[in-house]
Amino acid sequence: MDFRTFLHAGSNRRAMLKGMGVAAVGFSLTGSLAGCGEKKAKVLANGEAAELNFYNWDTYIGETTLEDYNEAAGVDVNMTLFASNDELFAKLRAGNQGYDVIVPSNDFVERMVSADMLMEIDKAQIPNFKNVGKDYQDVPYDPARKHSMPYTWLALGIGYRKSKVKAVPDSWKVLFDSDEYKGRIAVLSEAGDMFRLYGKYMGKSVNGLTDADLKAIEAMMIKQKPNIKAFHEDNGQDMLLKGEVDLVLEYNGDIAQAMVEDKDIGFVIPKEGSQLNSDNLCIPKGAPHPKNAHAFINYLLDGEAGKKITETILYPTPNDAAKALMPDTYKNNPVIFPAADVLAKCEYAKFNPDLQPKYEEAFTRVRAA
Amino acid sequence: MAGALQDWKAQKRPFAAIASAPVFWLALFFVVPMGIVWLYSFGQNSGPATIEISGTLDNYKRAMEWLYLSIFLKSLAVAALVTLICLIVGFPVAMAITFAAPKWRPWLLLGIMLPFWTNLLIRTYALMALMGINGYANKGLGGLWNGASWLRTLVGMQPLEAWTPVQLLYNNFAVVLGLVYVHLPFMVLPLYSALDRLDKSLIEASLDLGAGHLRTLLKIVVPLAGPGIIAGVMITLIPALGAYLTPDLMGGTDSQMIANVIERQFKRANDWPFGAALSFLLIYAMFILIALQSMRGNKATER
Repeated sequence: MDFRTFLHAGSNRRAMLKGMGVAAVGFSLTGSLAGCGEKKAKVLANGEAAELNFYNWDTYIGETTLEDYNEAAGVDVNMTLFASNDELFAKLRAGNQGYDVIVPSNDFVERMVSADMLMEIDKAQIPNFKNVGKDYQDVPYDPARKHSMPYTWLALGIGYRKSKVKAVPDSWKVLFDSDEYKGRIAVLSEAGDMFRLYGKYMGKSVNGLTDADLKAIEAMMIKQKPNIKAFHEDNGQDMLLKGEVDLVLEYNGDIAQAMVEDKDIGFVIPKEGSQLNSDNLCIPKGAPHPKNAHAFINYLLDGEAGKKITETILYPTPNDAAKALMPDTYKNNPVIFPAADVLAKCEYAKFNPDLQPKYEEAFTRVRAA
Repeated sequence: MAGALQDWKAQKRPFAAIASAPVFWLALFFVVPMGIVWLYSFGQNSGPATIEISGTLDNYKRAMEWLYLSIFLKSLAVAALVTLICLIVGFPVAMAITFAAPKWRPWLLLGIMLPFWTNLLIRTYALMALMGINGYANKGLGGLWNGASWLRTLVGMQPLEAWTPVQLLYNNFAVVLGLVYVHLPFMVLPLYSALDRLDKSLIEASLDLGAGHLRTLLKIVVPLAGPGIIAGVMITLIPALGAYLTPDLMGGTDSQMIANVIERQFKRANDWPFGAALSFLLIYAMFILIALQSMRGNKATER
């Protein structure tokens, strides 16, 4: 390659700027799905082609689950990955491009139902629903499980380095309202979660915050800011592992994975209670293979299949049949399955379209302060 | 330049044939989507996934509030600082490449361009591994510190206190350093292309006629490389102004830049109309910068 030619061609600044402008727009044409229509797949007994498009989080399935399902049902599962609920929602808000099964979190199940983006689930096609634990068969964010099936659940809490704390940090106070661990704390960058957990610290419900509460919380956040090292992008467990911080606000599943690598790491759900999250299997409207989607969801809720998934991802499973097959080190792990009295004080966050922009603006003010 | 223009006027048809494909591409994939986003900026959310374009100016009003203006100004200051550092570091690099032996030049340029072949995210994470509290930079500094301490004991002085790692990551310093690291090639390449075209005999003449090296640099090289410097400044400043990955990953609690705020409107806040308004204010600011530059360019050619 002749670099000088390249440079002279590129030295026309306007051409270069235009080129960069186009690149900056960053189109995301989903090429990933383009290939699946080409080969004429064989047709199943239910009248659908033997294929399924699964849109999932990264590292969120068993190592052999998709192959196992292909062997059991003869369906090719084409899995593509998303990194956040926002990405999932942004992809689907302009219409379903061909996904059959998606995995949104609880508040996004509500958001997508309110935007009429999810298909009702026909429980007659999902006999393995019986494997789902009692607590997860009927949940506030999806009454009677009309639109979603539980896949995993999580709780937010404090991950910490045991050798660097004086006592178990079992109150939100150490993160939110104290300079005891100045400069050794990382909290979430997600505005909604932060405001709701501050609300929990103030003794309120995560879904009962008023404008006055937001004002008070914003002032507390600004006061606490000098003690915080970073607002992390859900990579708190890495910061804890690398020794960048000693206390981190994270999900129990992420800290459980870190604890496998480092015995000096602990996790606690503060005594004031916390926020629960849950990821759910849903079928978006316009799914090209709805029957396959039901059959696949049913397979994922099977005990043996669920066990293999849980072994890989180590998150708490709402699938009782799968949990029963897991070893005691998982079943009795207080990080993965917090005690019932702790869980009783935890709540799911409701989708609230009016509050979310307020959370964001207040958090922008906190960061700018 | 004038000759080229006349050619274009005389050869309209072939020109149209050649230009139509890129113009069509630009219209379809740049002008149309940007137009849609521009329309969004005059709308409001009417549901979780629907935007009603009502012609409202509320989004712009909100974007002009001091909160967002101050973030704009801060981002501009950070981008300007990054550009200045890139210029100061990049100019000697470009000079060195220009005056290097011809057989070395492609390799030196390759060294400048090599980082482009690596994903920005990977480069940023690599830099974070280097600058972490237990990273190599801190280990190296700690080693030097302990060495100094040992030397002191040799001459009978008290050893230094134990080394405490320096906080390199998660602050504004890290953001500026990360942005300089990412944008330096953007500065070096236009500088090199300007310096390379420079008539070397002018430098010889200046030195022969008694000007010192520094004076030659300031009075001869810098003015002649002017267009390259301006081009380098523009293509460093503009992407630096829109940076969001570096402040997100390497910044501390007060390192947000305007692009981070825009990103959050499109994602978490799900407030596309407001995000669109902020984006367009940013785009207008960049247009003004480009317009100022081309006005300067026109003046220069008139002279």
